[in-house]
Amino acid sequence: MAVFRPADARQVGEIIAWAAGEEQPLELLGGGSKRGIGRPMQVEHVLDLSALSGIGDYEPAELVLTAAAATPLAEIEAALAASRQVLSFEPTDWRALLGSEASAQTIGGVLSCNLAGPRRIRSGAARDHFLGFQGVNGRGEIYKSGGRVVKNVTGYDLCKLIAGAYGTLCVLTEISIKVLPKAETSRSLLVLGLDDAAAVRALAEALNSPHEVSGAAHLPAAVARRSAVAAVAGAGAAVTALRIEGPEPSTAYRVENLVNLLSGAGPTDILDEAGSEMLWREVRDAGFFVEPRERAVWRLSVTPSSGPAVAADLAARAEAESYFDWGGGLVWVAISDSPDAGAAAVRMAVATHGGGHALLLRAPESLRAAVDVFEPLAGPLAALSARVKESFDPRRVLNPGRMYAGI
Amino acid sequence: MLTMPPADPMVLSRREEIIAALRQIVPGEGVITTEAERRAYESDGLTAYRQLPMIVVLPSTTEQVSQILRYCQTNNVKVVPRGAGTSLSGGALPLEDGVLLGLGKFNRILEIDLPNRCAVVQPGVTNLGITNAVQHVGFYYAPDPSSQIACSIGGNIAENSGGVHCLKYGLTTNNVLGIEMVLMNGEIVRLGGKAMDAPGYDLLGVMTGSEGLLGVVTEVTVRLLRKTPTARAILLGFPSSEQGGKCVADIIASGIIPGGMEMMDRPAIHAAEAFVHAGYPLDVEALLIVELDGCAPEVDHLIAVVERIAGENGAVTSRVSRNEAERELFWAGRKAAFPAVGRISPDYYCMDGTIPRRALPTVLARMRELSESYGLGVANVFHAGDGNLHPLIMYDANKPGELERTEAFGADILRLCVEVGGVLTGEHGVGVEKRDLMDTMFNEIDLAQQQRLKCAFDPGGLLNPGKVFPQLHRCAELGRVHVHRGQMRFPDLPRF
Ligand SMILES: Cc1cc2nc3c(=O)[nH]c(=O)nc-3n(C[C@H](O)[C@H](O)[C@H](O)COP(=O)(O)OP(=O)(O)OC[C@H]3O[C@@H](n4cnc5c(N)ncnc54)[C@H](O)[C@@H]3O)c2cc1C
Repeated sequence: MAVFRPADARQVGEIIAWAAGEEQPLELLGGGSKRGIGRPMQVEHVLDLSALSGIGDYEPAELVLTAAAATPLAEIEAALAASRQVLSFEPTDWRALLGSEASAQTIGGVLSCNLAGPRRIRSGAARDHFLGFQGVNGRGEIYKSGGRVVKNVTGYDLCKLIAGAYGTLCVLTEISIKVLPKAETSRSLLVLGLDDAAAVRALAEALNSPHEVSGAAHLPAAVARRSAVAAVAGAGAAVTALRIEGPEPSTAYRVENLVNLLSGAGPTDILDEAGSEMLWREVRDAGFFVEPRERAVWRLSVTPSSGPAVAADLAARAEAESYFDWGGGLVWVAISDSPDAGAAAVRMAVATHGGGHALLLRAPESLRAAVDVFEPLAGPLAALSARVKESFDPRRVLNPGRMYAGI
Repeated sequence: MLTMPPADPMVLSRREEIIAALRQIVPGEGVITTEAERRAYESDGLTAYRQLPMIVVLPSTTEQVSQILRYCQTNNVKVVPRGAGTSLSGGALPLEDGVLLGLGKFNRILEIDLPNRCAVVQPGVTNLGITNAVQHVGFYYAPDPSSQIACSIGGNIAENSGGVHCLKYGLTTNNVLGIEMVLMNGEIVRLGGKAMDAPGYDLLGVMTGSEGLLGVVTEVTVRLLRKTPTARAILLGFPSSEQGGKCVADIIASGIIPGGMEMMDRPAIHAAEAFVHAGYPLDVEALLIVELDGCAPEVDHLIAVVERIAGENGAVTSRVSRNEAERELFWAGRKAAFPAVGRISPDYYCMDGTIPRRALPTVLARMRELSESYGLGVANVFHAGDGNLHPLIMYDANKPGELERTEAFGADILRLCVEVGGVLTGEHGVGVEKRDLMDTMFNEIDLAQQQRLKCAFDPGGLLNPGKVFPQLHRCAELGRVHVHRGQMRFPDLPRF
């Protein structure tokens, strides 16, 4: 067992070339905050990338930031905040959920897991902001892809492939991302007392309106009660939330119009900027499901209008509690007392309602070894994915098995 | 001079047999063989290159596409997919020994799903056709290439096309949720769908912009957006491109992402004004059209901010559109810029590089020098928000040697884009046009990695060969792993 801590891309290349030659698989580690996601790996050595850190080029008016891959997310967000910019895909922070509070999130980890928060519905995911990289493939070769400008179609868009590959294709050493202005103001409109189906219909009505909603979540009463936002916890009912962002005159106008649009659905309330920020952070980070720790936590990406049916189906099959983001398209589920973490029920519910992607985000290692953590892939797609892995990492030394056996 | 992969005499000699086999798969007029009819497919939007395809086949079902590809793979026949044939990089240029696979019959809109804000369409549907199908309910499909009336959504995916609104609303890749595609071996694969996250590797992301080299798209699920209630444009003229460029940077730095932000230089302004009489000022070096969209209070607020920033940057013209007709008039000149240049020059060649915006003055100055030394005029239109530059080189194809000089000039411009930190193509693709310039941006290792990915999809290299990559390597050669067993190659490395 060895821990390698390379200082630059060249050293990463040397280590991987050795690992490929000796067929010694490596676990890639940025800050370690998401180490608990995925299948447990049978890996002897750790490739600790934390030394590859630091912001390189950042000119706010170009909307591009370049940084070493293990630069802490906090450092990047602070630099952006100083120029009133953000990563508009709203990277999640699941450290409390996963019990990894002591570790730092790195930008490379955020991109490799393609994480995105509530603004996904407007701004896309990490993949949509990933412009270019330098990295090392499973042969130990340093290569690059993409560019440092916001618009580029030169060659295959490998950024998309690396985003969400959980480190199984490439060790990122340097990345360029698109950054955007932070909205001047933000507020949330709450509609109280809706059941899941009515809530998702109301969310769709708002999302289909011209009022540019940038967050659309629904918390059933039992979930809302656990919120740290007083107006949400004290509502005594289910809370359906819509976020509106923009310059002040615009925000005020759109909030008013949305209130008019939805007031027929139920009583409404409005959260100011501070309350709004707190609520969307909880929604993003699954703050409601941190406790109790024994529960397995799933993240289901489904057809938005099917969200309530998926949740109802699960509630009938297992000891399950759900809440909704992305206008119903993201169902967070916590499951207790199930020998398979609810896997059979979850897979069945997703398949029955139009398909999608269920990720077992939190479960004990033994369970993550026993059941599929990621949605299993169908025949030709599984074979194609294995060939893609082969094309980057022929000796399977980069995070092997983290997503799927053999990949 | 462009060299394409050499024609395979074995395949050419078996042409009749291949035609017969394709007719078994696609009955009737779906297999086109006569020279006169094949002529219609000999080039795409990059008309400088022409090649008659060996055979044209126009399937109408996914199953037919699958059978055609499987047959061609088994019989070692090359295939070139084609949508509407508007590519400006020669992506759909046929091969002498290849089957041209036209997707024109895949022209149906299959489903409009407003509760989930998406539409499922066949790849031959035009870009504008999608918007036309949903605009009566206030929705649209966001990426809007200037060719949107003609180009197909399948071609848009292959090229990852953009448009004037893509700084705010994204390129094709940000607006496609799922596809069905067929691999060269005939396997049918579905990627993504109506859910936002798909399991496994993001193969949809890598298919988008893959220029027809990885698979044939047979169905597409796109995201639909609700139209904003208001849009207004502001027309700004500057005495220098530096001031115009600084204005763009200041607008963005102030936190505004306009719905559209386009710049034109003096030759482009003059050509456009002479053509459409949009009322552009003729005494400025740079013209900027900034469009703000959203709810009325937002647009009013932002227009005022942009006017102030423009004033601070020395704008000598500043006019806000007062109504929809005037907004459209402001755009009319920009939208007609290509044909306007076409009117003052017998031919023009449209380039497509992206640069960091800060390099704009340098690039324009260097381009003027190149223009003088090549003796060819150039007009520039610029997607200013995202740094995507379209220089239009004016030439006369009937003058001997002028096309060659134009291509050399164009290549110099693209090298310049890369030199200042930009890229070879922002939205038109590499195709055959920029293929031989790929090594200005990528080294051999970079290109080998991309080609290995190609091998995962198409190990025989039969799908659209000769595009994108300057050199073709066999997959077996690319896949070889050179290992140095037993060597500790990094003795100095810290370990813990
Ligand atoms: C006047 C004019 C203006 C233009 N303006 C813009 C612009 O503003 N922005 C922009 O981005 N582009 C622009 N273009 C370029 C062009 O329209 C786009 O690249 C467009 O997406 C091509 O679509 P198509 O259907 O014509 O594809 P084609 O030209 O037929 O093919 C393009 C590529 O796609 C592949 N392909 C086509 N269909 C499929 C399929 N179903 N499956 C797999 N591969 C496929 C082909 O093999 C080829 O490599 C313009 C072109 C013209 C002529």
